Formats: sequence, structure tokens, C-alpha cells
Amino acid sequence: MRGVHYGVEGRAIFTDLNIRVRRGRVTAVMGPSGTGKTTLLRLITGQITADQGKVVVLGQDVAEAGSSDIYALRKRMGMLFQNGALLTDMSVFENVAFPVREHTDLPEPLIRRLVLTKLQSVGLRGAAELMPTELSGGMARRVALARAIVMDPEILIYDEPFAGLDPISLGMILRLIKQLNEALGITSVVVSHDVQELASITDDSYLLSGGRVVASGTPQELAGSDSEVVRQFMTGAADGPVPFHYPAPDYAEQLLTTEAP
Amino acid sequence: MNGGREGFLMGGIRRMGAVLLFLLRLLAQSLPALGRPRLVINQIYNAGARSLIIIMLSGLFVGMVLGLQGFELLQRFGSEQALGTAAALGLLKELGPVVTSLLFAGRAGTALTSEIGLMRATDQLTAMEVMAVDPLRYVAAPRFLGGVVAMPLLAAIFSLIGLFGAQLVGVQLMGVDKGAFWSQMQGSVELRDVTEGIVKSFVFGLTCSLIAVHEGYNAEPTAAGVGLATTRTVVASSVLTLLLDYVLTAFFL
Repeated sequence: MRGVHYGVEGRAIFTDLNIRVRRGRVTAVMGPSGTGKTTLLRLITGQITADQGKVVVLGQDVAEAGSSDIYALRKRMGMLFQNGALLTDMSVFENVAFPVREHTDLPEPLIRRLVLTKLQSVGLRGAAELMPTELSGGMARRVALARAIVMDPEILIYDEPFAGLDPISLGMILRLIKQLNEALGITSVVVSHDVQELASITDDSYLLSGGRVVASGTPQELAGSDSEVVRQFMTGAADGPVPFHYPAPDYAEQLLTTEAP
Repeated sequence: MNGGREGFLMGGIRRMGAVLLFLLRLLAQSLPALGRPRLVINQIYNAGARSLIIIMLSGLFVGMVLGLQGFELLQRFGSEQALGTAAALGLLKELGPVVTSLLFAGRAGTALTSEIGLMRATDQLTAMEVMAVDPLRYVAAPRFLGGVVAMPLLAAIFSLIGLFGAQLVGVQLMGVDKGAFWSQMQGSVELRDVTEGIVKSFVFGLTCSLIAVHEGYNAEPTAAGVGLATTRTVVASSVLTLLLDYVLTAFFL
């Protein structure tokens, strides 16, 4: 990803963004809320295209790819959504089987074995017959993970995999990301703002702020950075280069005027 | 004032264009969707079979009212024997397709819109896209086709039950001669009357399904957005049904 510009309705979200994800590594993309981390993932999966610059995934320029190329590319990627995004009208088993049924003509016994193996790897083989509404948040995310890896992708993309999880579920997801990366050699991109959790599993980190990369390196390098933005983010200080207050008119003046708002 | 009117007009034209484009994309995906008959059959069941009770009940009551009002009206001219004809023509040409369409928009249309809208709001459609499955083909097209197939069938059932209701009141209750009721109907209802009803119900079914799927697919992915889309489905479907009814009636005259 080189020199990417992207804007929505005249408001620039990214200006000159450069991120390099190395094959077989875990790369973390961190940043305060609202820096467009999810937009970044949409650029990688080709749901949107950059205004300027290049997004190259698995050797393919996403902007130049036709829709059939994009679909072919997506078959080689897996993505874990923030809330799982399981299809609510089918069981856990059918959810995991869904991509297989859509993209292959494998015989039923083989699909069954494949799905059960993937469910076993996330520890939810026993939940195969449950419906998505019967799952807890952490379980839903693990099922979604099983679904994301069922086609044996080369790249796995995680969108806020830890958001809203209890420490136990969080630990499970963390371990699974690490395991999948080590055992299957899957290139992983993790978008998150959970600095401490990520530090234990990532090879490379990028810190985004204000639409550009403000720091990059190993977790240790980031922790030792003397940049103020990085320090504020790593230590979680409420005020700093990223201000606590959203831009507003003068406080006292606004309280004293009677006009709306 | 002038600018506001122009904005309204342009907005309307833009929306119509968007819906038509959506229809073309939907039709392009409909053929591949037909290759998955199970999905389409499921949706015919959802839109059709699950609307049966409300359609049958409404048909019965509308037919009964028609029998009562028709009898009262025709009696003034001493021609209550024509009740069968009046009821049949009224149901086949107008009430069957139109009332079924209004009920269809309220029962099946809202269900479609809120279902697809919620799938959008919970990232399910995006998840499909990322899994290289076109949600237009997997979600939208089967639901659209299901509605298009189900609507004429429902209208036919509505008319049938309606006739039974009219007969029930006219013949059994008010004492119109049974033979006259059916033979006059047989004598004066022509094939083109039936065709008119079928064409209307097909057009209404297409319109209502298109609107329902379009609104759901393009709903703002929030609770309020899905609610708004559902409301718009009912309003747009109802108004368009009545508008198109006039156009089609004029066409068939």
C-alpha cells in the first residue's frame, strides 16, 4: 500500500498513507477511534478504491482489478468482522459451510469433515447445531473466525477482534490469531486499538493518526518512541496531541449566550 | 419556492433512476439465482404461503361486502341477478389485484425490507461480499423473484375466495337465484377481463417486490434507517399500486 489518498465528500480520510504488510507476519494497524481503520480494511478488500496511490494485495492492484478479479482475490482472503456478521438465518454449521458451498462442489461428507475440523480448531465443534442468536459475543466471533479460515485464505483480516470481549474470550481470540499465523502461515492484518493485547502477537505495527502513519515498527520500538502522539496513544493519556475536546466555540461565551444551540 | 420544487422534482427523478438501475442489476442476477431453485422456492414460501391467511380472510370479507353492497345497489334497478357478474368483474379486474397488492406490501414487503435492512445493518451483506458471494444474487434476487411469483397467485386466491364470499351473502343470505348468479357471470365475464387481472397483479407484484428489496438493500444501516425504509416501502408500494392501477385500467379499456 503506497501513497494512498482517500476522501469522502471532500473530507480527506487518508493522505499519503504507506503500509507494507509482510507475507506470513502479523501486522497491527492501530490508531485512535475515527482514524479510518475500518476504511483501510475496505480498501484492502476492494469494497472501495483509493482516489490516488496504489493498493496491491497478493500482487494484484485492487484499483485495476475488474469485479471478477476482485471476487477471485477475495476468495484468497478471510475477514473477521467486529461483531462476527454471521448469517442469522442459518446454524453455526451452515454459516461455516457457507463459503464452501458457494465456491466449491465438494461432496457433503467432505464439507461436513472440513467444517467440523475448523469448528474444532476454534473450540466450538459442540456448538455446530446452535443458531447465531444463541451464541455469546465471544463465541460468535470464534464461529466467524472458523468461517473466515474455512477456505484456507492466504490473508486474514481482523477488524477490531477484541472490541467488547471479556478477558477470557479476548485471550482465546488472541491465542487463535497467533496459532493460525504460526500453524498455517497466514498473513494477518489486525486492526485494533488494544495496544497491550496486540503487543504480544504482532511482528510489525503501524500507528495511524490524522490520516497518515505517525509511527511504525515492532511493538518494542513503538513503546520506546519519543513522539508525543505515540506516547499519548500507548499510555492512554486523555489529552495531548489528540485533544480531549472536539472543536467548539468558547465555553464561557456559549454558556452565557441565550441563542440556540 | 421555484428552487424547492425543482429540487423535489430532481430528487424524484434521481430516485426513480436509482430504482431502475437497481432493477437492471437485479434482473442480471435473477438468471443465476434461478439456478438455485431452493433459495427462490424458500422465498416464494415466505412471501406467498405465509401471506395466505391474511389474503384469504381479507378476500372473504371483501367478497361479502361486495355481495351486500352489490345486492343493495342492483335491487334498486331490479337487476339483482347481475350480482354474480358485478362481483366477478369487480374482483377480477380491480379489487383482487389492488387489495392483494396493498396487503402484500404491508405483509410481505415490510418483512423483506426489514430483513434485508437488518442484514445490511449487521454487516451480513458486507460479509458476503468479502466472502466473494454477491449479496445481490444470493439475498436480493431470490426475494425479488419470490415476490414476483407469489403475488399473482395470491391475487388469484383472493378473487376466488372473494367470489365465494359474494355468493355466500348474495345467494345464501339475500336470496339471489343461484343459477342466475353463476350463469350470468359465466355469460358476461370474458377472457380479457381475466387477463387484465393477471397482468395487473403481475405488474403490482413486480413493483412491490422491487421497492421492498431496493429499500431494504439501500437502507441506512441503523435502527432508525431500517424503520424509515420499511415505512417508505409501504407508502411507495401503496401509492404506486393505485397509480399503476389507473394507468393499466386506461390501457385495457
